[in-house]
Order: sequence, then C-alpha cells, then structure tokens
Amino acid sequence: MTSSEKKQLQITACKVRMGIIESTHSAKAGHPGGSLSATEIFTYLYFKEMHIDPKNPKWEDRDRFVLSKGHTAPGLYATLAHRGYFPVEDLKTLRKIDSYLQGHPNMNMVPGVDMSTGSLGQGISVAVGMALAAKQTGKSNRVYSLLGDGEIQEGQVWEACMAAAHYKLDNLCIVVDNNGLQIDGNIKDVMSPYPIVGKLEAFGFHTLAIDGHDFDAIEDAFNTAKATKGMPTAIVITSIKGKDVSFMENDAGWHGKAPNDAEYEQAMAELNAKLAELEA
Amino acid sequence: MADMKKVATRDSYGNALKELGAEHENLVVLDADLAGATKTGTFKKAFPDRFFDCGIAEANMICMAAGMSTAGLVPFASSFAMFAAGRAFEQVRNSIGYPHLNVKIGATHGGISVGEDGASHQCCEDFALMRSIPGMTVICPADDVEAKAAVKAAYLMNGPVYLRFGRLAVPVFHSEDYKFEIGKGEVLKEGNDVAIIANGLLTYEAILAGEELEKQGIHARVINMATIKPLDEALVLKAAQECGKIITCEEHSIIGGLGEAVCSLLAEKCPTLVRRIGVNDEFGHSGPAVDLLKQFGLSCENIVAVAKELCGK
Repeated sequence: MTSSEKKQLQITACKVRMGIIESTHSAKAGHPGGSLSATEIFTYLYFKEMHIDPKNPKWEDRDRFVLSKGHTAPGLYATLAHRGYFPVEDLKTLRKIDSYLQGHPNMNMVPGVDMSTGSLGQGISVAVGMALAAKQTGKSNRVYSLLGDGEIQEGQVWEACMAAAHYKLDNLCIVVDNNGLQIDGNIKDVMSPYPIVGKLEAFGFHTLAIDGHDFDAIEDAFNTAKATKGMPTAIVITSIKGKDVSFMENDAGWHGKAPNDAEYEQAMAELNAKLAELEA
Repeated sequence: MADMKKVATRDSYGNALKELGAEHENLVVLDADLAGATKTGTFKKAFPDRFFDCGIAEANMICMAAGMSTAGLVPFASSFAMFAAGRAFEQVRNSIGYPHLNVKIGATHGGISVGEDGASHQCCEDFALMRSIPGMTVICPADDVEAKAAVKAAYLMNGPVYLRFGRLAVPVFHSEDYKFEIGKGEVLKEGNDVAIIANGLLTYEAILAGEELEKQGIHARVINMATIKPLDEALVLKAAQECGKIITCEEHSIIGGLGEAVCSLLAEKCPTLVRRIGVNDEFGHSGPAVDLLKQFGLSCENIVAVAKELCGK
C-alpha cells in the first residue's frame, strides 16, 4: 500500500479507537481491551480487504465477517459506524435499553453484522458453515472470523478447525488476536493455549504470525491468505490489549471495564494527540 | 391391527429428505457420524454433494448449519436427540434460536425406546430444552405418514424447527392423504368423558386405549398433538371444556414436555384435572424397547388404567 493509504488507515484506526472509548464510557460497561487490540484488523478488513457495500449490508455476494470474540462488539460497531453502516453518534447508545447496539452483536438489529455472536467458540463454526456454503453455491466471496486467544480454550474452536481443513476451505481466513490476556489474567497462567501457531498448523491451517498493529504486515498476510489454495489460513497476530490508551495497555483489568469520566478524558486526550500527529 | 405396517420415524425422516432433496437444490444435510442410524444416509446416497459429515462434533455441526443457512441453504442437522438437543443445547440456543435462523434439527433416537443402549442415549429431556428457546418450533410426529409430512412442512416454513423421530418401528395409522399442519392437533376419536392428548409413539397407544375404554363404557376423545410448540391451544381448551379431564401421553419426562405445556395452558385459562403419562423424573435403562415402554407405563394398558381412575371407574 502507498504511504498515504497507510496513513489514512492509521487515522481511521485512531477514530475507531475513539469510538470504542466513547461507546464504552457512555455505556459504563463493555470490553475496551480486546477491541483496542484488534482495531487495526477491524479497520483493514472493513476499509481495505472485504468486498462489502455499506448501502446494501445484505448484498448476497459480499464477503462475510464473524466476530467470534463477540464481546469486542465496541470495536466492530465503531468500525461499522465509520464505514457508513450507521451514524457514528449512535455508538453512544451502546448497551443502553432499547438500543440496537446490544452488548454482543445481533445480526438482526445491526446493519453490517453478519452473525449474532457472544458465546465463545461458536462464531468460527458459523464462519466454517458460511465458507462451506459459498463453495457449495459456487460463490467467490470470502469469509473472515476473529477469535480471541482466550477463546481458543473452547473445545469447539478445534472442532471447527478440523472441519475447515477437512473441507479445504481456502475461502476462510481466521485471525487469532494473541494479546496474551483474558479476564482472569495472563492466558499462560489461566490455561495455556500455546503453541498457538503450532496447534493451528497441526490442525491443517496455513498459518502466519504477524504484528497485529502493522498495516503492511496485515496486508501481506491477507494477500497471502487469498493466494493460498486448498487449505484455510490462520493469521495469529501479536497485539497489545488496550493498545494506544496508555493506562489500558497490557492490563487484564481492562478486559471488560469501562473508563470513568476522568479516564475517558485522559484516553480521548491521548487519542486526539495521536490523531493530530497523524493528520499533521 | 396386528398386521399393521410398521415403520420407524427415523426411516421416514431419511426418506422424506431424499424426496425433498430431489425437489429442492438448496436443501443440505449435516450429520455427526451417525448417518446410518439417523437415516440421513438415505439422503447421502442420493445426493452425496449435498451431504456433510461433521464427524463426532455436534456443537460445531449445529453452528455450521447456522452459517450455511445465512447463505440461503436450508440445512437439516442431525444426530441423536441426546446430542442434538442435549450436548449442543447452547449452540442451538445462541447460534440458531437467538438469530432465528432457518435451520432444521432432525433428532432421532428420542425417548426410552432407544432400548438396549440404555440411559446415556435415551433422551427424555429434548422437548423441555427445545421448548424453552424463544421462536423454536418443536414437533414429534406419530407415524411414518406424519413424520414425512412434518419434514416437508418444516422445510417450507422459515425459521428454526426441532423434529424428534424414533428408533422403534411403529404402526402407520395415518392414510396417505393425511394433511399435516404445524401447530394443529388432530382429533382421532370423539368422546366427552376424558381427553387423551398424545404424541410420538404414544399416539397409537392412545388410539388403542380409546378403543378399549369405549368397550368399557368410557367415551374418550383421542388427540394427536405432534406440534408441542406452538401448542394448539384452542384444541386443548375445547377438550378441557367438553371433557373436563385430560390425560397427556409422551415418551419424555413429565417435566417440561407436552404434559407440562398442556398443564400451563389449562392452569391459566381453564383449570382442569390432568394426569401426565411420561417418564417420571427418572433415567431409563437397557432393555428391549417394547418391554421398556411397558415397564415405564408408556402403554395402552396404563393409559386405560389412568383413564379409569380419573373417571372414577
């Protein structure tokens, strides 16, 4: 990608991060940590990678995205809003009674959400079904799914991986967000899923390991995935939970906690400074 | 009656899938390594390109079916009732029920008539589990004709459906011109002394009980209630008002199934004396299906005995 394209993606990612902070602050709840660690992935998918049409969210031939780690809905919602699926102002209604922005994504309420998720381990199986259906119906659309590194402790994830490789779903690309933290602490201490890359390779995936905040690496990885035939691709990203909000970075405490007013002000000040720097 | 044709509704399921598959390209079938037993193998043989074995991984199968349905396919996901409704309950609830996706769950080997495999495989809780999911349609057909009609009706309706079929061959009492409708019960015999509301293989036992009771001077109304949800409330209320006494019969726990659905309705809208015939909050065990059914009181004889007690005779 050109340097201006990359800068534009970085600016968008920064705005998505602001949306995550705005919405979780307004909701007084939600999951900022894992939304911030996956922000570059959300941004790249919706602003560069996927064939989609925000004016026609149910377009039959669109690429699909399943947020298997559904609790990071604030990241998905902020991305969808900035992509034009719904007004950015609506992000402040997150988790509020009668809002369409439920705590976890609902495909029947939110334009652009391809599957209702939230119960960990199920989204990847749904994505496998979508990819298999695309093959079955002769469609060329691709299917993407984002999983947490804690989520892969769910046994169903590995059932899904087996099926993806068995049915040679090269139209499927999963991303595992390896930020190293889950609610109860470090994933190594809670229940180690390591080696993640080795496990996915053993389950029949073409596996890539990249820096999850580097747009060049992300582009290379998704391009490699598209060029890979006969097997699904897994991109394991190394990322920072709470990325770009200094006091949230690498702290499991920010998995599922909203910033209070003072924390909100600080987070927005940091992100605004970053945005100004990028736009300079 | 002894020479009546008998067919297991799991066979009806496999045959209906094959017939429907010939008409509808978008029908696909998933199974979890039980195609021979669930009879989806019948479909697999005819349409191998539209059959997907998911291996022994029911949770993944249910969610794969959900994903396939979002692309316009109509998946029938199959396993034994114990695993489709039991093991994969939360997948059915969150990935099919909550988004209200157009997935059909074909669950075979329901109830204790699984027989020799014993309690681990005798699912008597599936109606309760599936009924509790908002928007889920729950059907347990009584014989071959109704089972095939139910599969077709499930395909034609848009939304999630749980279909329960049996392992044991049971008499085919419906004629081929029987018209099945989801959510509608069927009065098989008129009578105003007591109403017997049954489904699955208990419906035929209820028919036999109705005939025996008639001989003994008790005029029982016999109702086949294949759809447990949505329940045919009008038919149940009419039976309660006209008969005053109700007996429910199902190859399921007395907790959470047809009996409880009927009791809930009547308690609120027409308090009526009810007796529930079913599995009495206990696990099954190994044995020949026919002997087990008798032992657990899922029989014509027990229905007759309960009806006589209820009618004070």
